[in-house]
Amino acid sequence: MEGLLGLFLRAVFIENLALAFFLGMCTFLAVSKKVETAIGLGLAVVVVQAITVPANAVIYQFMLRPGALDWAGLPDVDLSFLGLITYIGVIAAMVQILEMTLDRFFPALYSALGIFLPLITVNCAILGGSLFMVERNYDLAQSVTYGLGSGVGWALAIIALAGIREKLKYSDVPAGLQGLGITFITTGLMAMAFMAFSGIQL
Amino acid sequence: MSGTGKILIEPVIDRNPITLQVLGVCSALAVTTQMIPALIMGLALTFVIACSSAAISAIRNHMPGNIRIIIQMTIIASLVILVDQFLKAFAYDISRQLSVFVGLIITNCIVLGRAEAYASSNPVVPSVLDGIGHGLGYGLVLLVVAFMRELFGSGKLFGIEILPLVSEGGWYVPNGLMLLAPSAFFIIGLMIWAIRAWKPAQVEKPEYQIHVVHRTEVV
Repeated sequence: MEGLLGLFLRAVFIENLALAFFLGMCTFLAVSKKVETAIGLGLAVVVVQAITVPANAVIYQFMLRPGALDWAGLPDVDLSFLGLITYIGVIAAMVQILEMTLDRFFPALYSALGIFLPLITVNCAILGGSLFMVERNYDLAQSVTYGLGSGVGWALAIIALAGIREKLKYSDVPAGLQGLGITFITTGLMAMAFMAFSGIQL
Repeated sequence: MSGTGKILIEPVIDRNPITLQVLGVCSALAVTTQMIPALIMGLALTFVIACSSAAISAIRNHMPGNIRIIIQMTIIASLVILVDQFLKAFAYDISRQLSVFVGLIITNCIVLGRAEAYASSNPVVPSVLDGIGHGLGYGLVLLVVAFMRELFGSGKLFGIEILPLVSEGGWYVPNGLMLLAPSAFFIIGLMIWAIRAWKPAQVEKPEYQIHVVHRTEVV
């Protein structure tokens, strides 16, 4: 149990997907102008990440891993080269299913997330989470924790950046740095602040 | 000829995918601590984007509109698997260094963006040139960032020593920050500043205009 808590905290702070691994940067920079939209997108990422990482973990463990097809009587088959196409398929399908479920049962949440759900399919934080899960060989419990933690970390980072950008709007930025440039520098400073966590042993 | 040349050259600086269109930033930041992985990544992306543009533009008239995204994703994912397996077989060390970022070419917005915005409505040859141009623009930014980070962070270029380090009897004290995540953001931010100072047409309008009050003016 302690191991899982440590993994969660590490995924949120130390190995923050956005600020330490630069994943999901395109949406991170594009959709961080307002805190409200940032919260919507952050929430959507947490939900999708917490579902797709464990789903891909199960598929990897029982279908793709070298020797995983033992239960089907095919111990020598190694399908790990199909990994990439499978994960992106699972992510796209999960996002679609989630969208339909929310539309049917939670219309309020569905309208709050709005256009962000379909956007998430091409968010590299989601695919990156699954690929890290495979690389580090997490089991099911660990992958649930990691999925949740990395999603929360990403959401935290984008909400913080949106808060800063809302204030930054009123500051006098040099013409060439206006918009994208200053956002990069701000994100750099935030990444530096998050590095303060990097020495912590969990 | 000037038309085709323009398609190829324009994305490299005038419409650079990273500094102007904010696409494909993730890997641009992550693989740039050294020149060699950055170069390989640029080549890999150029290959994927050129082939996917060719394939998508070749079948553009036979693709039903409502399932085109999934077709494009499948083509791109297959090409990325090809690149990934190739790197694992022939350049294993680099493939370890790039870790998940080769796989992440699939979700690199430049590839899907060009497929959607250009290749699905243009003939094969211009699409391929457009793809190569965007790949080169991306590679160029990657190499510039990697150049700064490797030179000032570890005193080397392509693994060859340029500035002898203090720890090895030389004079250069490496700037450790250059090897860490934040420096990549700073370098790209400053690069955007430099490019926009050179080409003012790219400057964004501020959302909120600060009202300058002169001393003689009555507010």
